Amino acid sequence: MIFDKKMECMDRGELRRIQGERLKDAVRRAYDNVPFYRRKLDEHGVKPEDIRSLNDIEKLPFTMKDDFRQNYPFGLFAVPMREIVRVHASSGTTGKPTVVGYTKEDVGIWADTCARTLGCGGGTAEDVVQVAYGYGLFTGGLGMHYGGERLGATVVPMSGGNTKKQLMLMEDFGTTLLCCTPSYSLQVAEEADAEGIDLRKLKLRVGYFGAEPWTEAMRRQIEQRMPLKAIDIYGLSEVIGPGVASECLEQNGLHVFEDHYYPEIIDPETGKALGPGEKGELVFTCLTKRATPLLRYRTRDISVLYEDACPCGRTSRRMQRVTGRTDDMLIIRGVNVFPSQIEHLLMEVEGVEPHYVIVVDKTGALDELEIKVEVSESLFSDEIKKLEALQKRIFDEVRSALGITAKITLVEPRTIERGLGKAKRVIDVRDIK
Amino acid sequence: MKVKQLSIFMENRAGRLAEVVRLLGEAKVNIRALSLADTSDFGILRLIVNDVEKAISTLRGSNHTVSVTEVVAVEVPDKPGGLASVLDPLSASGVNVEYMYAFVEKATDKAVVIFRFEDAEAALKVLAKAGISVLPAETVYTL
Repeated sequence: MIFDKKMECMDRGELRRIQGERLKDAVRRAYDNVPFYRRKLDEHGVKPEDIRSLNDIEKLPFTMKDDFRQNYPFGLFAVPMREIVRVHASSGTTGKPTVVGYTKEDVGIWADTCARTLGCGGGTAEDVVQVAYGYGLFTGGLGMHYGGERLGATVVPMSGGNTKKQLMLMEDFGTTLLCCTPSYSLQVAEEADAEGIDLRKLKLRVGYFGAEPWTEAMRRQIEQRMPLKAIDIYGLSEVIGPGVASECLEQNGLHVFEDHYYPEIIDPETGKALGPGEKGELVFTCLTKRATPLLRYRTRDISVLYEDACPCGRTSRRMQRVTGRTDDMLIIRGVNVFPSQIEHLLMEVEGVEPHYVIVVDKTGALDELEIKVEVSESLFSDEIKKLEALQKRIFDEVRSALGITAKITLVEPRTIERGLGKAKRVIDVRDIK
Repeated sequence: MKVKQLSIFMENRAGRLAEVVRLLGEAKVNIRALSLADTSDFGILRLIVNDVEKAISTLRGSNHTVSVTEVVAVEVPDKPGGLASVLDPLSASGVNVEYMYAFVEKATDKAVVIFRFEDAEAALKVLAKAGISVLPAETVYTL
């Protein structure tokens, strides 16, 4: 189901013209109403009138996450508080949270693009959408909630957690669409096994999974355990929340709803714009958002943009599944390495979610990479030669995929520290010395 | 005829072996035979115990990676040439030994050799034909 056929399937030339018009307006609004943007553009020597078309976007300076912190809480708002109808904030693990505001109009745009997201996976007004993203300051729950209502579907605002009840409602309400993090979907599958619930008897059809990085191997695992198509969705609160981009049923890249959220790929080192098919950091400009305008925001997510046509009929550019973050990036002997790439390789070798830690050290001037992998019972063999073959297989995979040699160490289960939230995957000893 | 042997993954560092045998001791599991294969990084501890199930639940409960392997226990005369008399017919028939370890029985003149064969069925046939006695599992657990 294409929710907004006009905008989602628009001729690309026409789309660019509209994007250009909207960009001019967005820059003007930011410059006139937010002292931060006025100062930044002035320092950069750019005036709103210098932005005449979409091509001029590269003249604009970048906005960073830290700019939100510096302007906490409402310094980036472009409208008076009486026009702000909602605020959201992302968790601030390293300082103050990132606060974003929404006008009534913004909430409407957001609902539209979340409805498009649900449509991308084939959702219609006939569906029952169970929203198992958290409700609250986090954008996931309310974003998909409004999207479901906008689509005309039946929304079950279950929020996160309470897995037993999630399963009960799925059974009793006939949930067809599930919105949650990919890792939570596996938790639901595990609970179903424990409770003896046959997930194949449920009406589940599509899962809209996002808010954390995941891999193709994980997708296969989810689709094997749950009777649904696992769709990758993307969004971030600084831009709007969920509903920035979504895979369609082709599962081949995420359609960016670029009439509202304009994407670019840049080289994270030089800031230079990169072309289609080139890998780099994803940057977004909000073309229509009123409350908190956003110009060239550096997401620190690594992706690629594709312009080729998609069989689904949508004409928007597609972004590749986010494969890592610039702040996670390790430079090992001059090679850029993302922990997610290593996780993906391990998953391919082991067939399950691996427990591992990456240790980076220096011997003399040379960086050394060590990957410690826990030996689970599915990997364990009674024979030394088979364990050595496993080590070699991981070594070879890493070398052929990343072009670097790593020491592979097999360790006992539970020797790798497990945090309450995200596991710490990288220990960079080089920083300490 | 096959005996259940436990294999435990171990990092090659101080105290790992001590911890495993301490856990088994606390669970009142008695070790009948033991062998350790190792590389510079890790090792595999192979054990034959009197209570296989209890040993497995104890070790898994403490997050150890354990697997069960079927091995064959052969009684060998405890005298020069004893082991050769068992290995000769095996090698003559082309039966491959993955690994083996031996211990001496108390109060008898026999030694017991634990074999891990590539093909246990073929090995048992060869041993039977050569008239070599294979110990039943129960006998080995209670040696």
